[in-house]
Amino acid sequence: MSVLAAIRPDDWNFPLLVHVLGATLLVGGLLTAVVALFLGWRRQRNADAVVFGRVAFRSLLFVAFPAWWIMRIGAEWIYSREGWDDVDSEPDWLGIGYITSELGGLLLLVSIILAGLGARRLARTGGEASTLLRVATVLVAIALVAYVVAVWAMAGKPG
Amino acid sequence: MSFYEWLLALHVLAAFSLVAALVLYSFVIAAGWNLVVPSDVSRMFRLSRVGDVAIAVGAIGTLVFGIWLAIDSDDYQVWDGWVIAALVLWALSMETGRRTGAVYNGVRDRARALVAEDRDSPQPELNAMLRSSTGLALHAATVVLIVALLVVMIYKPGA
Repeated sequence: MSVLAAIRPDDWNFPLLVHVLGATLLVGGLLTAVVALFLGWRRQRNADAVVFGRVAFRSLLFVAFPAWWIMRIGAEWIYSREGWDDVDSEPDWLGIGYITSELGGLLLLVSIILAGLGARRLARTGGEASTLLRVATVLVAIALVAYVVAVWAMAGKPG
Repeated sequence: MSFYEWLLALHVLAAFSLVAALVLYSFVIAAGWNLVVPSDVSRMFRLSRVGDVAIAVGAIGTLVFGIWLAIDSDDYQVWDGWVIAALVLWALSMETGRRTGAVYNGVRDRARALVAEDRDSPQPELNAMLRSSTGLALHAATVVLIVALLVVMIYKPGA
Protein backbone atom coordinates (compact mmCIF):
# COMPACT_ATOMS: atom_id res chain seq x y z
CA MET A 1 0.00 0.00 0.00
CA SER A 2 2.90 2.37 0.68
CA VAL A 3 4.16 1.71 -2.84
CA LEU A 4 0.68 2.36 -4.18
CA ALA A 5 0.58 5.64 -2.26
CA ALA A 6 3.97 6.61 -3.63
CA ILE A 7 2.95 6.01 -7.23
CA ARG A 8 -0.62 7.33 -6.91
CA PRO A 9 -1.57 9.00 -10.22
CA ASP A 10 -1.74 12.80 -10.02
CA ASP A 11 -5.40 12.93 -11.03
CA TRP A 12 -6.36 11.01 -7.87
CA ASN A 13 -4.94 13.72 -5.63
CA PHE A 14 -7.67 16.34 -5.82
CA PRO A 15 -10.59 13.96 -5.15
CA LEU A 16 -8.56 12.50 -2.26
CA LEU A 17 -7.91 16.01 -0.91
CA VAL A 18 -11.65 16.81 -1.05
CA HIS A 19 -12.45 13.54 0.73
CA VAL A 20 -9.82 14.01 3.46
CA LEU A 21 -10.63 17.69 3.97
CA GLY A 22 -14.33 16.89 4.35
CA ALA A 23 -13.56 14.04 6.75
CA THR A 24 -11.28 16.18 8.95
CA LEU A 25 -13.91 18.95 9.13
CA LEU A 26 -16.58 16.36 9.93
CA VAL A 27 -14.54 14.96 12.83
CA GLY A 28 -13.85 18.52 14.02
CA GLY A 29 -17.54 19.44 13.91
CA LEU A 30 -18.51 16.28 15.77
CA LEU A 31 -15.78 16.82 18.38
CA THR A 32 -16.94 20.39 19.00
CA ALA A 33 -20.56 19.23 19.30
CA VAL A 34 -19.82 16.32 21.63
CA VAL A 35 -17.70 18.51 23.93
CA ALA A 36 -20.44 21.16 24.07
CA LEU A 37 -23.13 18.53 24.69
CA PHE A 38 -21.14 16.90 27.51
CA LEU A 39 -20.50 20.31 29.09
CA GLY A 40 -24.22 21.11 28.81
CA TRP A 41 -25.10 17.75 30.36
CA ARG A 42 -22.94 18.44 33.41
CA ARG A 43 -24.07 22.03 33.99
CA GLN A 44 -26.62 22.80 36.67
CA ARG A 45 -27.10 26.40 35.58
CA ASN A 46 -29.69 26.80 32.86
CA ALA A 47 -27.75 29.52 31.04
CA ASP A 48 -24.77 27.17 30.60
CA ALA A 49 -26.88 24.29 29.33
CA VAL A 50 -28.73 26.55 26.86
CA VAL A 51 -25.52 28.04 25.44
CA PHE A 52 -23.75 24.69 25.13
CA GLY A 53 -26.84 23.11 23.55
CA ARG A 54 -26.96 25.91 20.99
CA VAL A 55 -23.22 25.62 20.25
CA ALA A 56 -23.60 21.86 19.71
CA PHE A 57 -26.55 22.31 17.36
CA ARG A 58 -24.74 24.97 15.30
CA SER A 59 -21.59 22.91 15.13
CA LEU A 60 -23.54 19.91 13.84
CA LEU A 61 -25.61 21.92 11.37
CA PHE A 62 -23.05 24.37 10.02
CA VAL A 63 -19.82 22.32 10.22
CA ALA A 64 -20.48 18.59 10.49
CA PHE A 65 -23.41 18.39 8.06
CA PRO A 66 -21.78 20.23 5.11
CA ALA A 67 -18.51 18.42 5.89
CA TRP A 68 -20.29 15.05 5.67
CA TRP A 69 -21.37 15.93 2.12
CA ILE A 70 -17.88 17.10 1.14
CA MET A 71 -16.42 13.87 2.56
CA ARG A 72 -19.06 11.75 0.81
CA ILE A 73 -18.74 13.46 -2.58
CA GLY A 74 -14.94 13.16 -2.35
CA ALA A 75 -15.34 9.47 -1.43
CA GLU A 76 -17.46 8.68 -4.50
CA TRP A 77 -15.12 10.68 -6.69
CA ILE A 78 -11.95 8.89 -5.55
CA TYR A 79 -13.84 5.55 -5.57
CA SER A 80 -14.62 5.93 -9.26
CA ARG A 81 -11.14 7.30 -10.10
CA GLU A 82 -9.46 4.32 -8.42
CA GLY A 83 -11.71 1.98 -10.42
CA TRP A 84 -13.34 0.18 -7.50
CA ASP A 85 -16.58 0.01 -9.55
CA ASP A 86 -14.99 -2.75 -11.63
CA VAL A 87 -13.81 -4.85 -8.69
CA ASP A 88 -16.03 -7.74 -7.58
CA SER A 89 -14.75 -8.17 -4.02
CA GLU A 90 -14.00 -4.90 -2.24
CA PRO A 91 -11.36 -4.84 0.51
CA ASP A 92 -12.43 -4.69 4.17
CA TRP A 93 -11.26 -1.11 4.71
CA LEU A 94 -13.53 0.11 1.93
CA GLY A 95 -16.49 -1.72 3.47
CA ILE A 96 -15.72 -0.20 6.89
CA GLY A 97 -15.56 3.24 5.27
CA TYR A 98 -18.89 2.82 3.53
CA ILE A 99 -20.75 1.44 6.56
CA THR A 100 -19.46 4.11 8.95
CA SER A 101 -20.06 6.92 6.51
CA GLU A 102 -23.68 5.90 5.84
CA LEU A 103 -24.61 5.00 9.42
CA GLY A 104 -22.68 7.97 10.77
CA GLY A 105 -24.57 10.21 8.34
CA LEU A 106 -27.87 8.87 9.64
CA LEU A 107 -26.78 9.39 13.27
CA LEU A 108 -25.66 12.90 12.35
CA LEU A 109 -29.02 13.75 10.80
CA VAL A 110 -30.97 12.46 13.80
CA SER A 111 -28.57 14.26 16.17
CA ILE A 112 -29.06 17.58 14.38
CA ILE A 113 -32.83 17.30 14.74
CA LEU A 114 -32.63 16.24 18.40
CA ALA A 115 -30.06 18.89 19.30
CA GLY A 116 -32.06 21.61 17.54
CA LEU A 117 -35.32 20.65 19.24
CA GLY A 118 -33.56 20.05 22.56
CA ALA A 119 -31.77 23.42 22.57
CA ARG A 120 -34.99 25.21 21.65
CA ARG A 121 -37.00 23.43 24.34
CA LEU A 122 -34.29 24.08 26.93
CA ALA A 123 -34.35 27.81 26.17
CA ARG A 124 -38.14 27.87 26.52
CA THR A 125 -38.57 25.75 29.64
CA GLY A 126 -35.81 27.51 31.55
CA GLY A 127 -33.68 24.89 33.20
CA GLU A 128 -35.33 21.54 32.77
CA ALA A 129 -32.81 18.93 31.72
CA SER A 130 -33.31 18.10 28.08
CA THR A 131 -33.63 14.39 27.30
CA LEU A 132 -33.41 15.21 23.60
CA LEU A 133 -29.99 16.80 24.08
CA ARG A 134 -28.81 13.83 26.15
CA VAL A 135 -29.88 11.39 23.46
CA ALA A 136 -28.10 13.60 20.90
CA THR A 137 -24.96 13.48 23.09
CA VAL A 138 -24.90 9.69 22.96
CA LEU A 139 -25.58 9.57 19.21
CA VAL A 140 -22.89 12.15 18.38
CA ALA A 141 -20.39 10.33 20.61
CA ILE A 142 -21.15 7.03 18.79
CA ALA A 143 -20.79 8.75 15.40
CA LEU A 144 -17.46 10.28 16.46
CA VAL A 145 -16.06 6.95 17.63
CA ALA A 146 -17.29 5.29 14.40
CA TYR A 147 -15.53 7.92 12.30
CA VAL A 148 -12.29 7.54 14.27
CA VAL A 149 -12.45 3.80 13.50
CA ALA A 150 -13.13 4.67 9.84
CA VAL A 151 -10.10 6.99 9.74
CA TRP A 152 -7.94 4.18 11.16
CA ALA A 153 -9.36 1.75 8.57
CA MET A 154 -9.01 4.10 5.61
CA ALA A 155 -5.42 5.03 6.56
CA GLY A 156 -4.14 1.61 7.68
CA LYS A 157 -6.20 -0.34 5.13
CA PRO A 158 -6.59 -3.63 7.05
CA GLY A 159 -7.35 -6.63 4.83
CA MET B 1 -1.69 -4.69 9.13
CA SER B 2 2.04 -4.18 8.71
CA PHE B 3 4.13 -1.97 10.98
CA TYR B 4 4.22 0.68 8.26
CA GLU B 5 0.43 0.64 7.97
CA TRP B 6 0.07 1.07 11.74
CA LEU B 7 2.45 4.03 11.62
CA LEU B 8 0.48 5.53 8.73
CA ALA B 9 -2.85 5.02 10.54
CA LEU B 10 -1.50 6.69 13.71
CA HIS B 11 0.00 9.54 11.66
CA VAL B 12 -3.34 10.17 9.92
CA LEU B 13 -5.30 9.91 13.20
CA ALA B 14 -2.95 12.51 14.71
CA ALA B 15 -3.57 14.77 11.68
CA PHE B 16 -7.32 14.44 12.26
CA SER B 17 -6.83 15.36 15.90
CA LEU B 18 -4.90 18.48 14.83
CA VAL B 19 -7.57 19.64 12.37
CA ALA B 20 -10.41 18.78 14.79
CA ALA B 21 -8.77 21.04 17.39
CA LEU B 22 -8.55 23.86 14.85
CA VAL B 23 -12.26 23.46 14.04
CA LEU B 24 -13.06 23.58 17.77
CA TYR B 25 -10.93 26.71 18.30
CA SER B 26 -12.56 28.35 15.26
CA PHE B 27 -15.94 27.66 16.80
CA VAL B 28 -14.89 29.14 20.15
CA ILE B 29 -13.65 32.30 18.38
CA ALA B 30 -16.84 32.59 16.30
CA ALA B 31 -19.17 31.84 19.23
CA GLY B 32 -17.36 34.34 21.44
CA TRP B 33 -17.36 37.12 18.84
CA ASN B 34 -20.33 39.04 20.29
CA LEU B 35 -19.84 38.18 23.96
CA VAL B 36 -19.26 41.03 26.42
CA VAL B 37 -20.09 39.49 29.82
CA PRO B 38 -17.02 37.91 31.51
CA SER B 39 -18.87 34.79 32.73
CA ASP B 40 -20.16 34.17 29.17
CA VAL B 41 -16.63 34.48 27.78
CA SER B 42 -15.20 32.26 30.49
CA ARG B 43 -17.90 29.66 29.81
CA MET B 44 -17.12 29.59 26.10
CA PHE B 45 -13.46 28.92 26.80
CA ARG B 46 -14.40 25.72 28.67
CA LEU B 47 -14.86 24.23 25.21
CA SER B 48 -11.25 24.87 24.30
CA ARG B 49 -9.82 22.56 27.03
CA VAL B 50 -10.45 19.51 24.87
CA GLY B 51 -8.93 21.41 21.94
CA ASP B 52 -5.74 21.90 23.97
CA VAL B 53 -5.43 18.12 24.42
CA ALA B 54 -6.33 17.40 20.77
CA ILE B 55 -3.81 19.92 19.43
CA ALA B 56 -1.03 18.49 21.60
CA VAL B 57 -1.80 14.91 20.53
CA GLY B 58 -2.08 16.01 16.89
CA ALA B 59 1.08 18.11 16.85
CA ILE B 60 3.31 15.52 18.52
CA GLY B 61 1.67 12.57 16.70
CA THR B 62 1.98 14.02 13.20
CA LEU B 63 5.64 14.92 13.73
CA VAL B 64 6.79 11.72 15.47
CA PHE B 65 4.84 9.27 13.29
CA GLY B 66 5.58 11.32 10.16
CA ILE B 67 9.35 11.20 10.67
CA TRP B 68 9.14 7.55 11.71
CA LEU B 69 7.23 6.80 8.47
CA ALA B 70 9.87 8.55 6.36
CA ILE B 71 12.63 6.57 8.11
CA ASP B 72 10.73 3.26 7.88
CA SER B 73 9.70 3.60 4.22
CA ASP B 74 11.99 2.77 1.31
CA ASP B 75 9.96 5.12 -0.90
CA TYR B 76 10.55 8.30 1.10
CA GLN B 77 13.45 9.92 2.91
CA VAL B 78 13.37 12.58 5.61
CA TRP B 79 15.41 14.85 3.33
CA ASP B 80 12.97 14.60 0.39
CA GLY B 81 11.83 18.06 -0.69
CA TRP B 82 8.15 17.52 0.12
CA VAL B 83 8.98 16.07 3.55
CA ILE B 84 11.15 19.10 4.34
CA ALA B 85 8.37 21.41 3.06
CA ALA B 86 5.92 19.59 5.35
CA LEU B 87 8.26 19.95 8.33
CA VAL B 88 8.67 23.69 7.64
CA LEU B 89 4.88 24.13 7.37
CA TRP B 90 4.43 22.12 10.58
CA ALA B 91 6.95 24.31 12.44
CA LEU B 92 5.39 27.54 11.12
CA SER B 93 1.87 26.39 12.03
CA MET B 94 3.02 25.48 15.53
CA GLU B 95 4.50 28.95 16.00
CA THR B 96 1.42 30.79 14.70
CA GLY B 97 -0.73 28.43 16.79
CA ARG B 98 1.34 29.16 19.90
CA ARG B 99 0.97 32.92 19.35
CA THR B 100 -2.77 32.53 18.74
CA GLY B 101 -3.03 30.60 22.00
CA ALA B 102 -1.21 33.37 23.85
CA VAL B 103 -3.70 35.98 22.57
CA TYR B 104 -6.84 33.99 23.42
CA ASN B 105 -5.50 32.61 26.70
CA GLY B 106 -5.03 36.26 27.70
CA VAL B 107 -8.71 36.91 26.98
CA ARG B 108 -9.75 33.80 28.93
CA ASP B 109 -7.58 34.74 31.92
CA ARG B 110 -8.90 38.31 31.90
CA ALA B 111 -12.51 37.04 31.82
CA ARG B 112 -11.82 34.70 34.75
CA ALA B 113 -10.15 37.49 36.71
CA LEU B 114 -13.16 39.79 36.18
CA VAL B 115 -15.54 37.03 37.35
CA ALA B 116 -13.34 36.44 40.41
CA GLU B 117 -13.41 40.19 41.18
CA ASP B 118 -17.22 40.06 41.00
CA ARG B 119 -17.25 42.40 37.99
CA ASP B 120 -19.49 40.20 35.88
CA SER B 121 -21.10 43.04 33.94
CA PRO B 122 -20.67 43.86 30.22
CA GLN B 123 -17.02 44.75 29.56
CA PRO B 124 -16.34 46.36 26.18
CA GLU B 125 -12.62 45.93 26.85
CA LEU B 126 -13.07 42.16 26.97
CA ASN B 127 -15.00 42.14 23.71
CA ALA B 128 -12.28 44.23 22.07
CA MET B 129 -9.74 41.61 23.17
CA LEU B 130 -11.95 38.84 21.75
CA ARG B 131 -12.23 40.68 18.44
CA SER B 132 -8.50 41.27 18.27
CA SER B 133 -7.40 41.37 14.64
CA THR B 134 -4.01 39.96 15.71
CA GLY B 135 -5.60 36.86 17.23
CA LEU B 136 -7.86 36.36 14.24
CA ALA B 137 -5.04 36.86 11.73
CA LEU B 138 -2.79 34.42 13.59
CA HIS B 139 -5.58 31.82 13.78
CA ALA B 140 -6.32 32.27 10.05
CA ALA B 141 -2.60 31.87 9.29
CA THR B 142 -2.53 28.63 11.32
CA VAL B 143 -5.53 27.28 9.40
CA VAL B 144 -3.96 28.19 6.04
CA LEU B 145 -0.65 26.56 7.03
CA ILE B 146 -2.37 23.34 8.16
CA VAL B 147 -4.40 23.17 4.92
CA ALA B 148 -1.17 23.73 2.96
CA LEU B 149 0.41 20.92 5.00
CA LEU B 150 -2.49 18.63 4.06
CA VAL B 151 -2.06 19.55 0.38
CA VAL B 152 1.67 18.76 0.54
CA MET B 153 0.98 15.43 2.29
CA ILE B 154 -1.48 14.36 -0.41
CA TYR B 155 0.23 15.73 -3.53
CA LYS B 156 3.78 14.90 -2.35
CA PRO B 157 5.33 17.30 -4.88
CA GLY B 158 8.58 15.97 -6.30
CA ALA B 159 8.06 12.42 -4.94
